[in-house]
Amino acid sequence: MEWTYAPAPESAALANLTPTYRPFIGGEFVDSGGQPLKTINPATEEVLAEVGTAATEDVDRAVAAARRAYEQVWGPMPGAERAKYLFRIARVVAERARELAVLETLDNGKPIRESRDVDVPTASAHLFHHAGWADKLGYAGMGPDPRPLGVVGAVIPWNFPLLMAVWKIAPALACGNTIVLKPAETTPLTALVLAEIAADAGLPAGVLNVLPGAGDVGEALVGHGGLDKVAFTGSTEVGKEIQRRLAGTGKRLTLELGGKAANIVYDDAPLDQAVDGVVDGIFFNQGHVCCAGSRLLVQESIAEEFETLLRDRIETLRVGDPLDKNTDVGAINSRAQLERIADLTAAGDAEGAQRWTSSCPLPERGLFFPPTVFSGVEQTMRVAREEIFGPVLSVLTFRTPDEAVAKANNTRYGLSAGIWTSNGAKALWTAQRVRAGVVWANTFNRFDPTAPFGGYRESGFGREGGRVGLEAYLQA
Amino acid sequence: MPAPRPDAPGAGKARIDNHDNHGAPGFGDVVRDEAALRRFLHGLPGVDQVGLERRSAMLATRSIKRESKLQALDMAVSMIDLTTLEGADTPGKVRSLCAQARRPDPDHPQVPPVAAVCVYPDLAGVAVDALRGSGVAVAAVATAFPSGRSSRAVKLADTALAVEAGASEIDMVIDRGAFLTGRYGAVYDEIVAVKQACGSAHLKVILETGELAGYDDVRRASWLALLAGADVIKTSTGKISPAATLPVVQVMLQAVRDWERATGRLRGVKAAGGIRTAKDAIRHLVAVNEIAGPAWLTPQLFRFGASSLLGDLLRQRRTQLEGHYESADRIGSA
Repeated sequence: MEWTYAPAPESAALANLTPTYRPFIGGEFVDSGGQPLKTINPATEEVLAEVGTAATEDVDRAVAAARRAYEQVWGPMPGAERAKYLFRIARVVAERARELAVLETLDNGKPIRESRDVDVPTASAHLFHHAGWADKLGYAGMGPDPRPLGVVGAVIPWNFPLLMAVWKIAPALACGNTIVLKPAETTPLTALVLAEIAADAGLPAGVLNVLPGAGDVGEALVGHGGLDKVAFTGSTEVGKEIQRRLAGTGKRLTLELGGKAANIVYDDAPLDQAVDGVVDGIFFNQGHVCCAGSRLLVQESIAEEFETLLRDRIETLRVGDPLDKNTDVGAINSRAQLERIADLTAAGDAEGAQRWTSSCPLPERGLFFPPTVFSGVEQTMRVAREEIFGPVLSVLTFRTPDEAVAKANNTRYGLSAGIWTSNGAKALWTAQRVRAGVVWANTFNRFDPTAPFGGYRESGFGREGGRVGLEAYLQA
Repeated sequence: MPAPRPDAPGAGKARIDNHDNHGAPGFGDVVRDEAALRRFLHGLPGVDQVGLERRSAMLATRSIKRESKLQALDMAVSMIDLTTLEGADTPGKVRSLCAQARRPDPDHPQVPPVAAVCVYPDLAGVAVDALRGSGVAVAAVATAFPSGRSSRAVKLADTALAVEAGASEIDMVIDRGAFLTGRYGAVYDEIVAVKQACGSAHLKVILETGELAGYDDVRRASWLALLAGADVIKTSTGKISPAATLPVVQVMLQAVRDWERATGRLRGVKAAGGIRTAKDAIRHLVAVNEIAGPAWLTPQLFRFGASSLLGDLLRQRRTQLEGHYESADRIGSA
């Protein structure tokens, strides 16, 4: 019997949108010199709000405010006192979870189910986790009294706007640093609400500064002479540029960049869960995930069956209004990104891969791309080598575990990998050989503040989360 | 899960009784002997607990509102096996239940009748009389329900008693003792024998998943029952906790989905025990819709075994229509 789920939209009013937002510098929202930007709702392409951006002198102001706060207040403050502020912020993030989730969905296009069940709770968890570290840094294995670095400049991407902000802010502040954060051009809103929460929590002025803007603001920030450390999450291309810029300056740097992760499915895998995991690995957040499992490596003996199961499962994904609580795949964040996805998938067609597209209906307006699978993909094709950052899965096959590992490693990236087998020894054997910073066995896209996250090779360096993540913000 | 390939014949000692194997087209080799059956069941893909429960938790977040909720409530009512399985059951109690089964909410005649009334075999005749002409089926539990601890002869006699009284559906229990000691052939033979004793009556095979050793066992028991000719696989007796849970039902829905892929035949699932609220029932319907598919959203292929669920469904239905949650005392209840 056909049973259609009626629309179940979350109320957009919960976001408490205001017509304008301003940069947060020195403990208050201030007028700034940059050209204001208009942030849009990618599901409708309607303007959500006008956001003031930073000019060069605003960057100077913010870095100076952060320096003052570091030297006079935050740096000398005992860890136990810093923790109180972070606990307070963590708690308010949890209390205002619904508002933050709706705002994130409006600004980013991700389904409300994900912003509600993943982004915001994980952000709150990261704040709680690091708040707990603030007075225990002497026990983190970096000496009895590890010192903070000073002023941190952080530039974050648009795929998890609040969560990425927190991944930088929480460890930086817990370790005694102050921070100037630049959210992505297309998704500045939740970081600014986070700043408001910090101000409400009484966080001393200058400890946290948020500077909306485009790439030029990011460039001015990371190149600023007043920083002690730069933390960047974004594209490999920009990451390389930053590394070149910082070479020889003595500034500390951590980079969390792109990926082209392999999800390896052996023939003895728990197949139904492997199908779910592969689907989650690539269609979670429309595939706008640096650790997305964008390459499926499936053992040839089950490849045909697995692809059938996979397509049936993908057909059940509900693509549409991100605010609808039953939506599984939301909107693509920007027109530029939508065009990039279209270009790369066209390259897949041109290179001879077979495209399959879910028959799900797409909304008439807004930026959407249907779940797509390329089969018959070879390692030489662009869809196997380049990060698409969209809901596009490339399917490759392998014959032996050695071949699986060789193909998984045949990439310039090394951020994450997934392994699916019921054989524990085989999972460990594979995990030891896959060159990726994060390896998930029989699961995917699990983010926990206690587990370090990060990559190597062209996926970057440095870790976020866990005890080891503290090293990025301490003089170890 | 892929369609399992019938295995090569093995050299097991226990012989599985020959029968026409109507339930398992293409699986003749699998059920040839105990060794082949064991190899097959243990060769089924494993179930990963974490992933399974994660999917169930995700499906439980589906938000079913307005007209889709009303449709779900009516679907759920029409899928109920309205059940009384007490030592204190009497003809009067059964007649009372049958009256509600025919017209669950007389103030709202649009509410469909339930699928069946489920009773012990000695009261099946009472239910048959009370439901004649209503379209509501009579289901009887049999085979020394709920423990299943008796001889084959007693179990078959129990089944015959129910069938002769006019029950058109038989809910049998598997021999969990045999299953847990790996004597799959014995379990299989017994289901086949009961199936024969059922004649034209539908056979529901209760796996009593709360007594099995995890999700892999649920999958194996599901396949074993389907191979032996079950029309419906059922979670629980309702006498053991945990009974029906979303992950267990998910594994069983995958089994009937895979069975259909392998054989082209549709088999049903019955979630029984522990489902008391409309919210929980709707979560199960979401799982049916998204795991097995919309083809299973019919009383022929999905049932709820429940005694108290109906009351909440009717109250939620009135809430949808009237805007407030009605007192249970304003609805007649068996």
